[in-house]
Amino acid sequence: MKPHQLTIHEARDRLTAGELTAVELTEAVMERILAVDNDVKAYLTLTPEEALDQARAIDARRAAGEDGPLLGIPLAIKDVLCTKGVPTTCGSRILEGFIPPYDATAVARLKAAGVVLLGKTNVDEFAMGSSTENSAFFTTHNPWDLSRVPGGSSGGSAAAVAADECLGALGTDTGGSVRQPASLCGVVGLKPAYGRVSRYGLIAFASSLDQIGVLAKDVTDAAIILEAIAGHDPRDSTSMDAPVPDYVSGLKAGDGLAGVRVGVPQEYFIEGMQPEVEAAVRAAVDVLAGLGAQVQEVSLPHTDYALPVYYLIAPSEASANLARYDGVRYGLRVEDGGGPNEMFKATRGQGFGPEVKRRIMLGTYALSAGYYDAYYLKAQKARTLIKSDFDAAFEQVDVIVAPTSPTTAFRIEEKTDDPLQMYLCDVFTLSMNLAGIGGLSLPCGFDANSLPIGLQIMGPAFGEEQVLRVAYAYEQATEWHTRRPEL
Amino acid sequence: MKLSREQVEHIAELARLALSEEEKALYQEQLSAILEYFERLQELNTEAIPPTATVLPLRSGMRADEPKPPFPREDILANAPAAEEGCFEVPPVLE
Repeated sequence: MKPHQLTIHEARDRLTAGELTAVELTEAVMERILAVDNDVKAYLTLTPEEALDQARAIDARRAAGEDGPLLGIPLAIKDVLCTKGVPTTCGSRILEGFIPPYDATAVARLKAAGVVLLGKTNVDEFAMGSSTENSAFFTTHNPWDLSRVPGGSSGGSAAAVAADECLGALGTDTGGSVRQPASLCGVVGLKPAYGRVSRYGLIAFASSLDQIGVLAKDVTDAAIILEAIAGHDPRDSTSMDAPVPDYVSGLKAGDGLAGVRVGVPQEYFIEGMQPEVEAAVRAAVDVLAGLGAQVQEVSLPHTDYALPVYYLIAPSEASANLARYDGVRYGLRVEDGGGPNEMFKATRGQGFGPEVKRRIMLGTYALSAGYYDAYYLKAQKARTLIKSDFDAAFEQVDVIVAPTSPTTAFRIEEKTDDPLQMYLCDVFTLSMNLAGIGGLSLPCGFDANSLPIGLQIMGPAFGEEQVLRVAYAYEQATEWHTRRPEL
Repeated sequence: MKLSREQVEHIAELARLALSEEEKALYQEQLSAILEYFERLQELNTEAIPPTATVLPLRSGMRADEPKPPFPREDILANAPAAEEGCFEVPPVLE
């Protein structure tokens, strides 16, 4: 096996044993990027020189006896997270030329753990989308079938992991943007609970929903990265001051899945979903039962309302968050000879792409005088009902399993003409963000076109440990995660 | 819920977005379709339900009020499209 094909924990073993250096590993991954990224287009920015400098410094630290699970591991960062001195675009023209003067806390924590940063990955503009087709720069291609989308909005990160163009990556998940691309690219996508990871330096989309997550080749790697980035940060008042468990040791806790209660929500098996997805998820549930889990049906009765609730709350928050792009302090400015108001309008009209403008319009409308009660407030009340569904379900079960996406990867341009069809891609992932809970997607099969299918495992708030434990047990009992696309 | 052209223009004005005539027509149609889909929310009886603005327990975090060095002014202004004399430069507000 070549170095770029290794998982993080496999690479760490070789680095620790002295069989591999961080420079060799970084060079192997960079060669891989050069070989395949013209086709995959996962990266917006590459920082090869900085990466090799970091790798050399880490080899010196390793030679001096230092060790650590991420020391010398090359990772990629979704381009909505601020990286000091490295352009950060959010996939948007409006942030043209923006070079952050600081690192996001999650990025700083990875650097402190000795990670080698390879570059920034493609995104739907401001993380709004399910295919990376909303990136202002280009569309990322699914490594399993280059004519298909990788999912989104963390599609660059998911494709980079699937194509062995990094050993793991950070993504962000506001309504499914880590889990859905993980599902479509056949990798693990972990979205921690709201409050688990500091969002300082994450460029805001919808502040009550945004969360930083992990794209990884297997469950162990996801646990390693989460452990490095989780925990309270005085710079983010929404990061909870809760102890961070030892996620990696927790993977092997217990005797198989004996005594673990697994809930299957009937509302997540809907008309119109791809039959192969339903079959693969039901088969995965049987595997969990075979490992000793007690499987039972649960009900999340307000699931049907999650889509309108999300697409009112998220655009409303976005319309406020994106008000800061006015051509004054950073990024693009378009002047048409008028005063500041004309400059704001021209800058925003030219700088934002179609989907971002659509959502700003939708959110502005939902918050505007006369419509606030009927739309925004109504959505917030319905959000309470969606959250209560999960609270009630988690009194009966430890985790809930469901499909991640109703279909496997769709074709590029298949859904670009109808925004509502694109929104429906997130129908199984939105509720988790509304409820603030954590969970992940991991591979559970392939369809007739050899495209990966994702299994979603959801846990109660701050219950990432039990989610990871169930995912790890499933992964050990199956071999889906070992398959890689041919490129 | 069908949005009128005037409503679309009003929303764009509130959001400070310059839209072309084509964009106005497109958003009028698309936003109307999206809002129509969202009508299903009105089926829900939410009279006695409190709204959820955040899933976190409400709390006030207090920390020691210690002064720390701010970002250097030149680092911040380096990102500005136009700067002069240590300030952001904007078109004249008053003629």
